Amino acid sequence: MDQCGSYYHQLRCNPIITQLMIEVKNLHKKFGEEEVLKGIDFVFETGTTNLIIGESGSGKSVLLKSMLGLFTPEEGSIEYDGKAYSTFSDQEKRELRKEIGMLFQGGALFDSMTVEENVMFPLRMFTNSKKRNLRKRVHEVLERVNLEGSGNKFPAEISGGMQKRVAIARAIVNKPKYLFCDEPNSGLDPNTATIIDNLIMELTKEYNITTVVITHDMNSVLEIGENIAFLKDGVLAWKGDKTQVFKTDNQTVTEFVYSSNLFKKVRKAQIQGL
Amino acid sequence: MTYLNSIGEYFLMLKGIFGRMTKGIILKSLIFKEIDQLIIGSLGIVSFISFFIGGVVAIQTALNLNNPLVPKTLIAFAARQSIILEFAPTFISIIMAGKVGSFITSSIGSMRVTEQIDALEIMGVNSLNYLIFPKIIAMLTYPFVIAISMFLGILGAYAAGVGGGFVGSDPFIEGLQSDFNGFHLTYAFIKTFLFAMILATIPAYHGYYMKGGALEVGKASTTAFVWTSVVLIITNYVVTQLLLS
Repeated sequence: MDQCGSYYHQLRCNPIITQLMIEVKNLHKKFGEEEVLKGIDFVFETGTTNLIIGESGSGKSVLLKSMLGLFTPEEGSIEYDGKAYSTFSDQEKRELRKEIGMLFQGGALFDSMTVEENVMFPLRMFTNSKKRNLRKRVHEVLERVNLEGSGNKFPAEISGGMQKRVAIARAIVNKPKYLFCDEPNSGLDPNTATIIDNLIMELTKEYNITTVVITHDMNSVLEIGENIAFLKDGVLAWKGDKTQVFKTDNQTVTEFVYSSNLFKKVRKAQIQGL
Repeated sequence: MTYLNSIGEYFLMLKGIFGRMTKGIILKSLIFKEIDQLIIGSLGIVSFISFFIGGVVAIQTALNLNNPLVPKTLIAFAARQSIILEFAPTFISIIMAGKVGSFITSSIGSMRVTEQIDALEIMGVNSLNYLIFPKIIAMLTYPFVIAISMFLGILGAYAAGVGGGFVGSDPFIEGLQSDFNGFHLTYAFIKTFLFAMILATIPAYHGYYMKGGALEVGKASTTAFVWTSVVLIITNYVVTQLLLS
């Protein structure tokens, strides 16, 4: 098949289509009798960090896994660049997956491989380049995430923050069009969390990626919340951006946003005009 | 019903393993790695057990031969028959279910718990093929382990029988050669081949489909050992019935 043969590659090759986005339409997902997603509609924009926020059990992870094709929705559709994922052929699904980078909550690095081998893994799997070229690309990416010199270490020998950066490096090494991040800050100290947030945001702009981040960390919302979907009990309760989230009158959003003492104090100071 | 589901899931897993193949060059390195971990890594314990159990079989047989009319060559004959027919293929396989099976279940189970399998799937890799196919190919070399076990078992019997003064060297060699049926070796290696497939796939099934955390990885390893042993014993019975009766 030539470079523009599949539907997916035609999109890449078509100069008219500039906006590569993910659109979720009326998405319903059930597990047994329990309906976890109840008609979600949302557009995840390109070159933007799109956040899905909400309490635990609100359906964030189910939405993400549905978008990744790991769950099949009962109703509604997930469209990649205007085409429903459910209509993709197996070949198109495989092509799409090569365009997806995923950052897992725990990093999901392969324990038996070194940092360099972990980052090189997607390249070895899907390209036929010489090892010298692969190594060059890996070093470029490791340098980008400030991990030069750590290539020979194993995941168990580096800190949690470094593991997240390796996972980011692995996710972007293939120059993906979509980046999915599942709670990228969990288990990290505030400083490292901010570094990871900023790295995700910078890479989103640099590679013009459609980035989707699941989080319930309000610091992340403040840092990188350019397009936010707030889920409550499987329903899209609110959408907006990081400036709007602190001004909204939506009761469920304010309860979530100001649940921490720090943000309550910020809110109080705002009201008092301090 | 749960058992039927699991059996169905197991066969679907087998189908998935032979689905979309991993790139050849990567597969090659994985197969060598698995041969090292599963086969080469087991040679030490298999050799040790085989040698000493072979010795014990010879001593036990000798101590039970009280009748002076029964020739001493029977010690070697009994040792040979029990080692080739049952001890080496079946009991070593049960030991391997504990060693190799637990390793397979826990390594795949840990990958499941830490989302490494999800990572493979999302990258578009057929995780079943990537993780289990190299193990199956590596286990094709398992008959060599059993051949070594047979040899060392008989060597152990010789060392214990002759060295312990139960039987002379010549009667032992004579007993070893008497009434030898080549088909017994064929039967033993057919069994071994089937056991190799069981040893590679049942523990892999328990690891791949496990749910939960670190504690469940341990439980899955134990369950895998129990079920692998059960299936080995049943297969042993069926194959023996089909080939020897």
